[in-house]
Amino acid sequence: MATSPSLTVRGQFGDYGGRYVPETVIPALEELEEAYAGLADDTAFQDELDVLLDRYVGRPTPIYHAARLSAEIGGAQMYLKREDLAHTGAHKINNALGQALLAKRIGRTRIIAETGAGQHGVATAAACAMLGLECIVYMGEVDVHRQTLNVFRMKLLGATVIPVMSGSRTLKDAINETIRDWVTNVETTHYIIGSVVGPHPYPTIVRDLQSIIGREAREQCLAQFGRLPDVVVACVGGGSNAIGIFHPFVDDTEVRLVGVEAAGHGIESGEHAATLVAGTPGTLHGAKSYLLQDDEGQIYEPHSISAGLDYPGVGPEHSYLKDLGRAEYVGVTDEQALEGFQHLCRTEGIIPALEPAHAMYHAAQLASALPQDQIVLINLSGRGDKDMTIVAEGLGVEL
Amino acid sequence: MSGPIQGHRLAATFAQTKAENRAALITFATVGYPTPADTADVVRALLAGGSDVVELGIPFSDPLADGATIQHASQIALEQGTTLKMAFNLVRDLRSEGVETPLVFMGYYNPFLHYGLERVVKEAAEIGLDGFIVPDLPPEEGQEFGRLARAHDLDLIPLLAPTSTESRIQANVQAGSGFVYCVSLIGVTGAREQLSATLPEFLGRVRKHTDLPLAVGFGVSRPEHVATVAQMAEGVVSASALINVLDDTSAARRFDALKDLVHAMRAATVHTK
Repeated sequence: MATSPSLTVRGQFGDYGGRYVPETVIPALEELEEAYAGLADDTAFQDELDVLLDRYVGRPTPIYHAARLSAEIGGAQMYLKREDLAHTGAHKINNALGQALLAKRIGRTRIIAETGAGQHGVATAAACAMLGLECIVYMGEVDVHRQTLNVFRMKLLGATVIPVMSGSRTLKDAINETIRDWVTNVETTHYIIGSVVGPHPYPTIVRDLQSIIGREAREQCLAQFGRLPDVVVACVGGGSNAIGIFHPFVDDTEVRLVGVEAAGHGIESGEHAATLVAGTPGTLHGAKSYLLQDDEGQIYEPHSISAGLDYPGVGPEHSYLKDLGRAEYVGVTDEQALEGFQHLCRTEGIIPALEPAHAMYHAAQLASALPQDQIVLINLSGRGDKDMTIVAEGLGVEL
Repeated sequence: MSGPIQGHRLAATFAQTKAENRAALITFATVGYPTPADTADVVRALLAGGSDVVELGIPFSDPLADGATIQHASQIALEQGTTLKMAFNLVRDLRSEGVETPLVFMGYYNPFLHYGLERVVKEAAEIGLDGFIVPDLPPEEGQEFGRLARAHDLDLIPLLAPTSTESRIQANVQAGSGFVYCVSLIGVTGAREQLSATLPEFLGRVRKHTDLPLAVGFGVSRPEHVATVAQMAEGVVSASALINVLDDTSAARRFDALKDLVHAMRAATVHTK
């Protein structure tokens, strides 16, 4: 072939991943890839990140035995990886902080990010405030109205929040608009993407930064039980908390990995966000992966009660794990997620975010069919404060 | 150079405009905009104004390289049920009317991928399409599409940006054919007040690596812009400014207004040196 070595296809997870983006930003992706590769041996960078993860984020987060919940279910023991205890209330800070440090390292002082529910926006705004970086967050106009509390938090943290009026005015359009900003300001700006999606090397960078969840959990299991868990369960929207906890267990083939997608009003209703369960492969936001698309290859609007799962694509590494059969993916409806949500509140005094409430519901189903000496580890990826109005509405309660 | 036979229309057109001592004028219509029924008349107006090449924009739900104008046109087209099949039918109709002007599809990768790459190039060749511009398909991802296009004598037109490095320029121009689409600025599509000041330097860097004609697009909005670009490139692309004319003119006058602007742009393509 006449193509030069610099154009060999990289960043693929099997047939998934890649760099389906305009030429304008490809040199910046190449630069990012190179800078990121350089950090592997950069002990000063790793030390700085480790100190911040310890003292700013509050890591390591514990694994917690949900003893009353497990007893009520009467099956396997359920353990929660408590990412809800991380600073800003979710796992999102692990990635936002790491990438903000990386941006500083490559001399970019203007940070842009997209956000759906607002958790990634809040985490990015916090990291930027702490590191003295300018922060602009794009958020679909519909989400701005759904998540007013998080919009206010981002503004308090010094970020500029730009409502996105194009398309369906939700997360996917916020990503489009953030990429357009990046295409326009690529020379000064770093894009902190919020999940394991987007063009290479983003899915790899975000995966690596979130893998601290699974590394800690694996060590904690070995230390506390002298063995690995039998099942690991996590919710999947873009898929960053799931990849974060799955990745360190991928080579432990005896550990079952289960991703839980949002089935919304039910898969058969067509109103859901279960990309891996019901989608087909295609390209969106710079990567090839499973998508929710119509007969014309147009992306359609997903539905979920949880804004953080309300995305029509998914990280390419999940598509790869699905096709390999290494991870399995299932759907949980809005109604079931609300049930899982309430169950955890009542039995353990923990209010989860609606995203991991999907994982809680399915984990309970799995646990009930397993013997009591088995261990089901669930990534409790965030806390539920942000979801109070939506939950109240879902339960028919007037606040 | 051969005559304007299918599969070589783009090369023949650039040879002819060169002989006429001018740049080729490349214009744009979003298929399905303002309505699917109107698109053929939009293209006829572009042709009547003197377009040398017409890009037919295939609407996509997530056009991340496009500014507000083409985003809006794409959304309206999709809301009216525009399909890739309709774009193929449009080309077939124009060819049966005797239109010999090069026609290329400009669209994002997913609708082509979903339709089936082999099926896309086969049907494209049958109906007399000349090539593809796919803004989110860099050459490292476009090897299969490029191979299929070449096998059917279709051009997969490479895109370069001012941020492109020397090695990327070299690899991109080697992977593509037809002409090189040079994105004039660091940004998305859309009308602009001024052209980028760094354009001559950028074109100079590209020209070191290829003999293909260079066409400049993004932000080329007025006849004055066309006149400036025509002095430094073999082709000039205008898109959003033409859609703005459709939006800003009454339905009764819009095709005439479009033709008039294209005509003024075409007059500006002549080399003054």
